[in-house]
Amino acid sequence: MASTPTVADIGSDYNRRYGFHDPEEYFMRTPKGLSHEVVEAISLLKKEPEWMREFRHKALDVFLAKPMPTWGDTAMLSEIDFDEITYYVRATEKQETSWDEVPENVKRTFDRLGIPEAERKFLAGVSAQYESEVVYHSVKEELTKQGVIFLDMDSGLREHEDIVRRHFATVIPAADNKFSALNSAVWSGGSFIYVPKNTEVAIPLQAYFRINAERMGQFERTLIIADEGAKVHYIEGCTAPVYSTNSLHSAVVELIAMKGARIRYTTIQNWSNNIYNMVTKRAVAHEDAVVEWVDGNIGSKLTMKYPAVILKGERAHGEVLSIAFAGPGQHQDAGAKMTHLAPNTTSKITSKSISKGTGRSSYRGLVKVRKGAHGCKTSVQCDALLIGGAARTDTYPTMEIAEDQVRVEHEARVSKIGDEQLFYLRSRGIRDDQARLMIVNGFIEPFVKELPMEYAVELNRLIELEMEGSVG
Amino acid sequence: MNHDSNPVFSCAGVRIHIGEKEVVKGVDLTVQPGEIHAIMGPNGSGKSTLANGLMGHPAYAVEGTVTLAGEDVSSLPPDEKARRGMFLAFQYPVAVPGVTVASFLRAAVSAVRGADVPVREFRKELLERMADLEMDPAFAGRYLNDGFSGGEKKRVEILQLLMLKPRFALLDETDSGLDIDALKVVARGINTAASNDTGMVLVTHYQRLLNYVHPHVVHVFMDGRIVRTGGPELALELEERGYDWLEPAAAAGGV
Ligand SMILES: Nc1ncnc2c1ncn2[C@@H]1O[C@H](COP(=O)(O)OP(=O)(O)O)[C@@H](O)[C@H]1O
Ligand SMILES: [Mg+2]
Repeated sequence: MASTPTVADIGSDYNRRYGFHDPEEYFMRTPKGLSHEVVEAISLLKKEPEWMREFRHKALDVFLAKPMPTWGDTAMLSEIDFDEITYYVRATEKQETSWDEVPENVKRTFDRLGIPEAERKFLAGVSAQYESEVVYHSVKEELTKQGVIFLDMDSGLREHEDIVRRHFATVIPAADNKFSALNSAVWSGGSFIYVPKNTEVAIPLQAYFRINAERMGQFERTLIIADEGAKVHYIEGCTAPVYSTNSLHSAVVELIAMKGARIRYTTIQNWSNNIYNMVTKRAVAHEDAVVEWVDGNIGSKLTMKYPAVILKGERAHGEVLSIAFAGPGQHQDAGAKMTHLAPNTTSKITSKSISKGTGRSSYRGLVKVRKGAHGCKTSVQCDALLIGGAARTDTYPTMEIAEDQVRVEHEARVSKIGDEQLFYLRSRGIRDDQARLMIVNGFIEPFVKELPMEYAVELNRLIELEMEGSVG
Repeated sequence: MNHDSNPVFSCAGVRIHIGEKEVVKGVDLTVQPGEIHAIMGPNGSGKSTLANGLMGHPAYAVEGTVTLAGEDVSSLPPDEKARRGMFLAFQYPVAVPGVTVASFLRAAVSAVRGADVPVREFRKELLERMADLEMDPAFAGRYLNDGFSGGEKKRVEILQLLMLKPRFALLDETDSGLDIDALKVVARGINTAASNDTGMVLVTHYQRLLNYVHPHVVHVFMDGRIVRTGGPELALELEERGYDWLEPAAAAGGV
């Protein structure tokens, strides 16, 4: 196995990969639209092994053959023009967006959140890289000592082909759905993490630590493997709005928790409101393993995302804790899937949504218990908060229970910011807008308290911005 | 107690409609600083409607004038009234899940005092007041009224009264649903507030609380009106005779 490279190595490797020395390659991007030529170009450019090249081409065939989902927001889905999308742009090419093109509201939010200058440009797609070498360096050293692999997916494939080949697309096959097929054909970037047996990664891993990587690709591909007894927490995204001129984001995230392992995957995403965010996230939990998805979705035009856990080994536990904020004109179609394959497995889904103005949120959930998976327990709780008369929420819970000895709890609640709550808070001198914000922050508190401190603070501030001018 | 002619609170000709129905039919009250009034009356007579309406509940149409420390506050929203020193202890305090008692109270105290109170200072004060009311300090971290017992809710209302130190407070059945120990604690809180010159109107329909809190003025409230006003002896009379003997007065339209 190639030893994990040092920081200096990564720098030189990056140079080789992206060919700063080669002006022609430097400006590489594929033409608009999707074809086998485009897929071929991507694979060739990445100098990928044959099996990956084939995998991409097959995935493209699946994508072309598969119809669009017939559920979710079909009206919004039909607006996606696949011919207008550029499927591969090199990291260096992404600098094309100029700061002037970044919408005012996004800039204002950066201001209000106090995002540092360098990071703003990165988040707005103005610069391709945001380097935080100091943080990265010490993290990197610690991980290397523990034998933890933490790379971008492209490097992972190059440097640890054996592990990648064994696990890649085993949790989410290309043919799973139209968007996973698309991702499989054109994926680029994302994270690759391997945590060895009985190893605990002490700090949450964040893509943020990885320098010079294509971490905000449109078609990210993440694979995390926690070997037996290992423990890792991965954090994706940040609360700052991510602005991109590319309107389609379709990621695939696969988690594998071996016997007794524990993976927590936290997402905080705040897409600008031109973005379709179609993400497939699924985990396999083996015996006694625990997988937790903590998933926060703010912004985007349409998000369709249903983190899933396949409870494959006895006593495995899966959990999804999600919050969605649908502002005016936005649709958050989010939920969770739990598949109980083994006896005595347990799962818990807590889904919270806030719809404001003409915002719309849907909970779409599926809990499956296979015959013979006795002694399972599952609980689903959906809470929706509506702000304003035009906001909308729907729940589509599905339960397929083929086993008798199962405990199932389901609870769904829709609430508005109550007049009596408002009167109560206001009778204590608290102004109307602050009282509303308090109620909303209280509503998402069960989610916020699961976040690392700095994210929690940022999220509360963000909700404050989102709530501005929401009286009524 | 201050008995000069600067009442901390007064209202005149207060009528309150809920929808088409007139529930409060003309109420006048004058309360001096540190003075305790009791309003006693049967269930459904409109006492809570009066209290909520005076505080500025947006769903109630309130006519008449409400004066707080010499200023006309009739048309002010409830948060503005509160910032000027008015307070209402609710008969049924609502839950605000996810918002801790401490963070809520800090926001309220900051709003009412017009400046952010430093965290440490605030904590110290909060824990002292909670100790006065024999409350477990862990209470500060619980979500406001969420899953609280009736008695716990009432204690938290009194805690707010002591933290916010209003000029004038309406207490709507803060004594109901309490065991005797809790009743004594609540009474102590009310007496402390009175000694700090808060003028108060206690809405109650039991004599019980009045064993521990001594009102200066007692009003009998029936069918949307004050039908009789007297001293503490009136409360005892009510306890003995009930409200029925006052019915004709109610029918006749007042004192
Ligand atoms: N929100 C409301 N909508 C309709 N009727 C109400 C409402 N609140 C109170 N009422 C009616 O007003 C009358 C007085 O109620 P309330 O003020 O609660 O009395 P009390 O506090 O003296 O028991 C009752 O007949 C009650 O049914
Ligand atoms: Mg009442």
